[in-house]
Amino acid sequence: MSAPAEAGVAQASTAERVEYLLRLADTSLIAGQRLGELLGHGPALEEDLALGNISLDLIGQARLLLALAGRIEGNGRDEDALAFLRDAPQFRNMSLAEQPNGDFAETIVRQCLLDAWQLETYESLTGSREEALADIAHKAVKECRYHWRFSAGWLVRLGDGTDESHARLAAALGTLWRFTDELLTPDALDARMAVCGIGPAPGLIRERWEMRVSAALAEAKLQKPPHQHYPWHGKRGVHSEHLGHLLTEMQFVPRAYPGATW
Amino acid sequence: MNEDWMLYEVFIRSRSGLEHKHVGSLHAADARMAIEHARDAYTRRQEGVSIWVVPSSEIVASDPGEADALFEPARDKVYRHPTFYAIPDEVKNI
Repeated sequence: MSAPAEAGVAQASTAERVEYLLRLADTSLIAGQRLGELLGHGPALEEDLALGNISLDLIGQARLLLALAGRIEGNGRDEDALAFLRDAPQFRNMSLAEQPNGDFAETIVRQCLLDAWQLETYESLTGSREEALADIAHKAVKECRYHWRFSAGWLVRLGDGTDESHARLAAALGTLWRFTDELLTPDALDARMAVCGIGPAPGLIRERWEMRVSAALAEAKLQKPPHQHYPWHGKRGVHSEHLGHLLTEMQFVPRAYPGATW
Repeated sequence: MNEDWMLYEVFIRSRSGLEHKHVGSLHAADARMAIEHARDAYTRRQEGVSIWVVPSSEIVASDPGEADALFEPARDKVYRHPTFYAIPDEVKNI
């Protein structure tokens, strides 16, 4: 992480730090919930377990990040309040994370594009000046390495598989590629976090992500889709219709039965 | 389940210094996937530090029909059990 010597967490406002943590936390939470929908529906028992494990890793990351965001915010909201009592416009996840599972090809492509971003992001965040975030990143990066290994393995297997698996993967890539620019193009908050030494240097994630994803696509014999401008703003709270449906399911029990415990 | 997937036998070493032990089997398309499946199916609760997978078809098994010839001759050779020695109390782990 390259930040000016005088950079520091103190330069960032509480609201900015919380907002940035919510982007990371919500992306993990929503992706984890999406994968959780597949429990019992995996193409094989073994894949079912793998997807479930990844889902639990992501929800674990979200818990740590949400708890940290709640502590920094200082308004008494804990991880559960943040996960279950916010409405869609308050969520800050990347739009890619909320896209539906579709067929297995779509699930794999979504995870692959997202895993590569999480892996590079957390790798970089291990040097964050937000110390508690750096600690979480150290844990998350090991999980993300495995997630990438899993999804990239399937990308290659299906892309370089049968005519049908290749066609399905190419179609999924065409559908989901438009959401990648949001991951890679820093906005004002990302730039602020970089200046403060909290987030990755501008451009770093795009460079590493493109190298990683391009290599996997080449091995999978898939064409990289053309660049598409990004009108998606999940990380600023403007979501596709899919998020609302996801939240309805995820939040139903805690909202219908407040304070319920096992 | 895809019929193209092969059956693999899984062996897990629970701690450094111990041997790999057979824990079960699973289906996978190739060895790499078998390792990943084994990791997800058999080491979820920190059961291991190392995984071996072997295609089940590569395991050579004894023929149950030959059990008499293979195992019967050992039956009357109880002296092969080291049960006739007095073991001092101080000796552990035997």
